[in-house]
Amino acid sequence: MSAEAPPAEETLSSPRPVRGSLPRRLVGRPELGAVVGAVAVFVFFSAVADAFLQWSSFSTVLYASSTIGIMAVPVALLMIGGEFDLSTGVLVTSSALISSMFSYQMTANVWVGVGVSLLATLAIGFFNGYLLVRTNLPSFIITLGTFLILQGCNLGFTKLISDTVSTKSISDMEGFPSAQKVFASHLTIGDVEVQITVLWWFALIALATWILLRTRAGNWIFAVGGAKEAARAVGVPVERTKIGLYLGVALAAWISGQHLLFNYDVVQSGEGVGNELLYIIAAVIGGCLLTGGYGSAVGAAVGAFIFGMTNKGIVYAQWGADWFKFFLGAMLLLATLLNWWVRKRAEESK
Amino acid sequence: MTAAVLAAVLGTALAGCSDTGGKRAEERAAREAAAGGRAAVNTPKWTFAMVTHSGDGDTFWDIVQSGAKQAAVKDNIKFLYAHNEEGKEQAQLVQSYIDQKVDGLIVTLAKPDAMKSVVKKARKAGIPVITVNSGAEVSKAFGALTHVGQDETIAGEAVGDELGKRGQKKALCVIHEQGNVGLEQRCDGAAKTFDGKMEKIYVEGTNMPDVQSSIEAKLQSDKGIDTVLTLGAPFADTAAKAADQAGSKAEIDTFDLNAKVAASLQSGKLGFAVDQQPYLQGYEAVDLLWLNRYNADVLGGGKPVLTGPQIITKDDAAELASYTKRGTR
Repeated sequence: MSAEAPPAEETLSSPRPVRGSLPRRLVGRPELGAVVGAVAVFVFFSAVADAFLQWSSFSTVLYASSTIGIMAVPVALLMIGGEFDLSTGVLVTSSALISSMFSYQMTANVWVGVGVSLLATLAIGFFNGYLLVRTNLPSFIITLGTFLILQGCNLGFTKLISDTVSTKSISDMEGFPSAQKVFASHLTIGDVEVQITVLWWFALIALATWILLRTRAGNWIFAVGGAKEAARAVGVPVERTKIGLYLGVALAAWISGQHLLFNYDVVQSGEGVGNELLYIIAAVIGGCLLTGGYGSAVGAAVGAFIFGMTNKGIVYAQWGADWFKFFLGAMLLLATLLNWWVRKRAEESK
Repeated sequence: MTAAVLAAVLGTALAGCSDTGGKRAEERAAREAAAGGRAAVNTPKWTFAMVTHSGDGDTFWDIVQSGAKQAAVKDNIKFLYAHNEEGKEQAQLVQSYIDQKVDGLIVTLAKPDAMKSVVKKARKAGIPVITVNSGAEVSKAFGALTHVGQDETIAGEAVGDELGKRGQKKALCVIHEQGNVGLEQRCDGAAKTFDGKMEKIYVEGTNMPDVQSSIEAKLQSDKGIDTVLTLGAPFADTAAKAADQAGSKAEIDTFDLNAKVAASLQSGKLGFAVDQQPYLQGYEAVDLLWLNRYNADVLGGGKPVLTGPQIITKDDAAELASYTKRGTR
């Protein structure tokens, strides 16, 4: 390129590779809207709630975000791949129940239960994916089935095995302290306590982003979500990709489940219902399209962060409790609208 | 392949045994058989049915059932149980038991309007009805023999008194299910007799991390809170964790009891628990139906028979710990 700058209109009209200035590269990113939304929510709560700006509050918000975010990241990948999973909320509970009950009933070292739970959870994820690619039924139906089956099993097996609807305490068993360190401890950084789930969350974001942007599997995910038949035609292993995505969700469900177990010691079998929607909401706020083929892991993480800030910001702002859900809904809608608006503007200026 | 995996898993399971806790410890403790036993009377095998507004997987109703079952064994009763959280579904369940011509009915009246006509139908069919847990104020008007349960407002008031006695100044009432009248009554009752300030917070009861972070956030934003009152046993420990994380010295108190709460009371992590004795609600209901069938007895003279509130502190906790473990307290 010569030192002389080309005329402005030519730059705009001529198709160019995606390089160029930083802002222009930014507008192409799916998470841009979510980041703007997150900043808006942050500024808003900083203004209305004094306690929101303390470091300790930030750590609480991060914890709330991470428990949703750990699941939102693989759920986002799954949605980019064009599929849904309604069983994620109860799968987390199943995973916790399996490790707890296996360890207890077998009087095994807690880590054995944790391992068995990993296998079982992955098997459930595989079941979802395998049934999907075999039958070509909508993932909505299949995972709705799994959701109900798991809900029933969670209650039925817990009752059958423990004779009550919650598990017995396993905190006095061998391996519990070390497992607790891995899944439910907190680190002190300066005078801020950071829950370990935040680290798990960040690790998952990094892993998912690397897969999406730097590996062949990442291209496959975008391809199967955007245009399945075309992807198949050019040799993308559609079925393997989709099953892999469900395994990813199961892996994250296992991590969340172990956190539940080791943080709260006793698991209630009825927990987790409804959380699957939170994960999907976080992914959508983060820029994932409900139709597949577009989105990012970072976006989903930012979506979870917006959710965490809103959810806890309402408490910090000391708003009327009767209207809690209303505020939550309104804030989420506003964040999503802002996200949508920013993305639209970005696409227009492209 | 599968067999190999299974073998590997079982292998590690056997190798990786825990010497502490677990089922073996429970067996070592050799508890007595809690339920079971033989009938103590030789009245005919009547059938009693219980229909509650419980959701799936509720610890509390589990304990009610175990009380009812134990009384049923003793009284030579065939005991049936069904539940649905929606009023109209619950009414349909009752109707189906009326169709089966059961000999006695135990119902909860959490949604009295939905249950009104079906309870009257049972009466018309000559089936005695006892209400438990909720609906004390309408029980008599619907034609029930008697009501067995805790008055939520009275229980709340007991908590308010206890908090005053302990010199607490500002309490946070954690409601884990938005729109549940009983929970609101508990908080309101406590606020009524408590001289200090009382605030409510709503949390998502089916999502423990949310419960924890919400309480944490509240404690961080209001350092004046010196008491956190949870309305269900599973939330007490989570509240303690939240207080710990928020660096708050607030005392944690709770409604209802379970093994964890009993242990935490003993260790001083919790201040006190208010027990409405769900076991008694199930046990007494069945027993009173039997007494009515056998001897035309009516307890309470149409007034509710109260099963609570019983305030449990560190001193009582040790004795109750083993009962909570077997699921009867």
